[in-house]
Amino acid sequence: MLRPRALRTGCVDLGPRGCQRVPCAWCARVGDRASRTGRAGGAAAAAAAAMGASQTRPEHRHQDLADRTGFSLEQIKNLHKRFQQLSGDEDTISKENLESIPTLANNPIRKQIIGAFFDKRNQHRGEAGSCDQIGFEQFLMVMSHFRPPTLKMTAEEKEAMRREKLRFLFNMHDTDNDGTITLVEYRKVVEELLSKSGSIGQEAAEAIADAAMLEVASTNVPTMGPDDFYEGITFEHFEQILKGLEMESRMHIRFLDVDTTTMRCGKSTS
Amino acid sequence: MTSGTGPRGRPGAGRGLPERGLLLLLVLVLLEGSVVFPLGAASSPDVDPRGHSEDRAVAEESQNYSKKAFPVLSLDYHHIHVPFEIALWVLLASLMKLGFHLIPRLSSIVPESCLLIVVGLLVGGFIKLAGEKVPPVLDSQSFFLCLLPPIILDAGYFLPIRPFMENLGTILMFAVVGTLWNAFFVGGLLYAVCQIQPGNPSDLHNLELLPCLLFASIISAVDPVAVLAVFEEIHINELLHILVFGESLLNDAVTVVLYHLFEEYSGAGTVTILDGVLGVISFLVVALGGVLVGAIYGFLAAFTSRFTSHVRVIEPLFVFVYSYMAYLSAEMFHLSGIMALIACGAVMRPYVEANISHKSHTTIKYFLKMWSSVSETLIFIFLGVATVDGPHSWNWTFVTVTVLLCLVSRVIGVIGLTFVINKFRIVKLTTKDQFIVAYGGLRGAIAFSLGFLLEEKHFPMRDMFLTAIITVIFFTVFVQGMTIKPLVELLAVKKKQEAKRTINEEIHTQFLDHLLTGIEDICGHYGHHHWKDKLNRINKKYVKKCLIADERGREPQLIAFYHKMEMKQAIELVESGGGFKPPSALPSTVSMQNIQPKKPAAAKPVQRALPQLPKGREEEIRTILRSNLQRTRQRLRSYNRHTLVADPYEEGFSDFIIKKQKIIELEKKIIHMNNLTLPAAPPDSPTLCRARLASGTETDFKPAQQQKGKQSSPDPQAYRPKRDSVPTIQVDLASPQSPDSVNLMDEFRANGSRREEEEDQGLTMRPRGEDGRREQLTRCLSDPGPSADEDEDEPFLP
Repeated sequence: MLRPRALRTGCVDLGPRGCQRVPCAWCARVGDRASRTGRAGGAAAAAAAAMGASQTRPEHRHQDLADRTGFSLEQIKNLHKRFQQLSGDEDTISKENLESIPTLANNPIRKQIIGAFFDKRNQHRGEAGSCDQIGFEQFLMVMSHFRPPTLKMTAEEKEAMRREKLRFLFNMHDTDNDGTITLVEYRKVVEELLSKSGSIGQEAAEAIADAAMLEVASTNVPTMGPDDFYEGITFEHFEQILKGLEMESRMHIRFLDVDTTTMRCGKSTS
Repeated sequence: MTSGTGPRGRPGAGRGLPERGLLLLLVLVLLEGSVVFPLGAASSPDVDPRGHSEDRAVAEESQNYSKKAFPVLSLDYHHIHVPFEIALWVLLASLMKLGFHLIPRLSSIVPESCLLIVVGLLVGGFIKLAGEKVPPVLDSQSFFLCLLPPIILDAGYFLPIRPFMENLGTILMFAVVGTLWNAFFVGGLLYAVCQIQPGNPSDLHNLELLPCLLFASIISAVDPVAVLAVFEEIHINELLHILVFGESLLNDAVTVVLYHLFEEYSGAGTVTILDGVLGVISFLVVALGGVLVGAIYGFLAAFTSRFTSHVRVIEPLFVFVYSYMAYLSAEMFHLSGIMALIACGAVMRPYVEANISHKSHTTIKYFLKMWSSVSETLIFIFLGVATVDGPHSWNWTFVTVTVLLCLVSRVIGVIGLTFVINKFRIVKLTTKDQFIVAYGGLRGAIAFSLGFLLEEKHFPMRDMFLTAIITVIFFTVFVQGMTIKPLVELLAVKKKQEAKRTINEEIHTQFLDHLLTGIEDICGHYGHHHWKDKLNRINKKYVKKCLIADERGREPQLIAFYHKMEMKQAIELVESGGGFKPPSALPSTVSMQNIQPKKPAAAKPVQRALPQLPKGREEEIRTILRSNLQRTRQRLRSYNRHTLVADPYEEGFSDFIIKKQKIIELEKKIIHMNNLTLPAAPPDSPTLCRARLASGTETDFKPAQQQKGKQSSPDPQAYRPKRDSVPTIQVDLASPQSPDSVNLMDEFRANGSRREEEEDQGLTMRPRGEDGRREQLTRCLSDPGPSADEDEDEPFLP
């Protein structure tokens, strides 16, 4: 009937500072940080440095991460445990680590999901391309896109969260980072989505992607000149077509918040 | 007599002739009813009259034997009175429904349910005035076995599974804990109030705790019929709708258990701890057992529908019969019949839909809607009738306290429960949501029927209970039901999005599902996305294989959605007759010439957007097209009213329709998209002008092709020559560069032109004005495809 306590989300105890950040503001801050840790040295080095710091002062480090990602300390602890489990107690994680997760094997869009973790655009650094290794901080950054909204959020914060989540999806589709999802890219998405359903999927994918593209074009640019050519879905159009989906409330998972659930609940009720 | 038509008569005064005619008809029906009911009502308990009439029949027979000549015309009303009265009631209900929708202003202010109750009151009053006994229309037998199942099946079959499952926790919380709370809160306080009443020698003091609790458990459950009737009209957002509606469905198990428990204990008089424990176990058995029974019948129905491909006509019947069996089987064991029906409908639907034909699906849809709406209408009318009929004992204290307690307990219950639930929910329930959930807790006919079931000897206060129940029902349905609509608007509660689901949204729903499952897997804990994914996989791998016959039914959801969307578009196009008619003076040539020189450039998006049909499929379409063209004539002759789907081409043909419509749709969209010179051009104009161009009747440029088109047309069955002529009509704006699509579209064009030729021939035979011809022409051209085929017997007259 109700979910066991262990599965409870931590949204009640995220606190006021949790999700109330406008992403661009913290993009800047994260970007700042990234440059401090040495952007030139590559993500791996940065991650290693970050992890090194975290190992020296884990609490402080986690608090810092909590501030920036909106996770609670317990959630970060849990995620860190998982991170170490995946990486085999290394400081960084590689694509192979993620690919070896057995339950992920059946996921039709496994490649895109893993790709998203190594996509620099999702780590708020203002740079593109992908890296081979990510550290815990980057891991958290990606995960933070899947935080649920809270009751206290204002309309603008919700809007910001929605954009952030949509941007994540958009980046997953826009593989070449040119700001538009072209038909080729969109077809690829649908193809992957149907990749587990055999030959029918392959055949249908193109037709579906074409129909979807046409729909985007006709809803967003209802009148097109004969010479016009619809380049692809821009982010604005992307937002437009997914307006009805209420991404801010749908794109989330429950992050484990085991340790202090009861205590915190008691606090929030009192 | 005339009072019966009162509620409709007043606003309807001064209306058009047809409405007046309808009113007259209503009066007639009521008049007839008035003649008939006394007869029927006099013999209302079903068992006695039959013996009676039989006796009389025997007597008559013996008389006949000796004296009379053979009666040419005889009256034997008793022979048919039961079905006749039923039919009369149904007719009354249907006519009422019809009447309300003829008066738009009325139905926008007052919910239909209220009006129906008023009608019931009037009818009941009228019967009573006639000095007859009101038939016990809403007795529990007919209510639970005939009236309720259609409504619940309709609800269960079309239950929006996704939001229901996503909010299952909340719904169960409201349904189980909320109903329990309501029952005990109301029952307890009611008992207290009855006891403390100072110095009043009323019989309220005699009321014990258990009857109070029994009464409270009857009155505390939210009623699905009432909720459906009211919520369907206010178009509230999906979340709130499913919360209130889901609660009303699932609380049935609690009500059943509480009812039987308290009824049992009221007889015994004492309750022990053991009884409480047994009650909890019984609740689990009733609820889960109901679901299990429903699911078993659901799977059986799905499995049966796997083999119906040769007897399509009875397909819908399986759905109804299996569901009814599920309901009856559950009721047999005193399990929750409502939950069984819901489970049955929800389980069977995806598989049944994949197996049955499209027509059967439509049949199921319409039958369910028809039955449920008639049942609903009848229930509300009967509620009114029963109110007039019922032996009332009005006790001010008891009634007012009950109404107040119901309201208070509902509000407290919802607020308290949401407080707990919000800790678990991701999407929190806001204060507005809570208000609507609390306010939407309507009570209805189920409560009344349960109250009616109580036995007089165990419950001496039965009449008072019934009166109080009716009052609460009337209060919720009238006051809350009428004010909820303005309140929803006042509070600006989010409404339901009317927009259709787009293909992009579907793609991203799927994408999101997989993405979230993947992220959960990476996080290493198994949340509900993980389990859902697992369930889906099992379903796809094993269950669907067992239950779904043809391969196409097993296609992934996204593709299925895509096909469904295509189908819908095709049907819409067909039904609308090709959209609205374009204005006759169309500068079609201009727009085409405009586009033509820029073809290479313009073609680019066209090419990108058009689905490239694979060679094999194209060939398939071509053969279907060819056979179809010949068949349209044959079908006219071999029309047989007994064959419903006996057509071997049926499936293929509908496929073809879809594909063709798709092309046309796409083309239209593209042209519309590209159309600069004609920004206000109606969506159908491109098709029209293309067809005109192809036939050469309208265009004055390229006369040579026009000639050619004319030459080739006389023989409509000749396929090849037409095709040859087509590439020369390449002027078409939308002809894409890919050879596949060109061929395909040329065929359609050929098809269109040929149709037109046929049309011309047909028209020359029929004497008709130029205007009529014109109209016919555009109509035919605006939907050159299957829509013309739809009413084939008209334009294709040989």
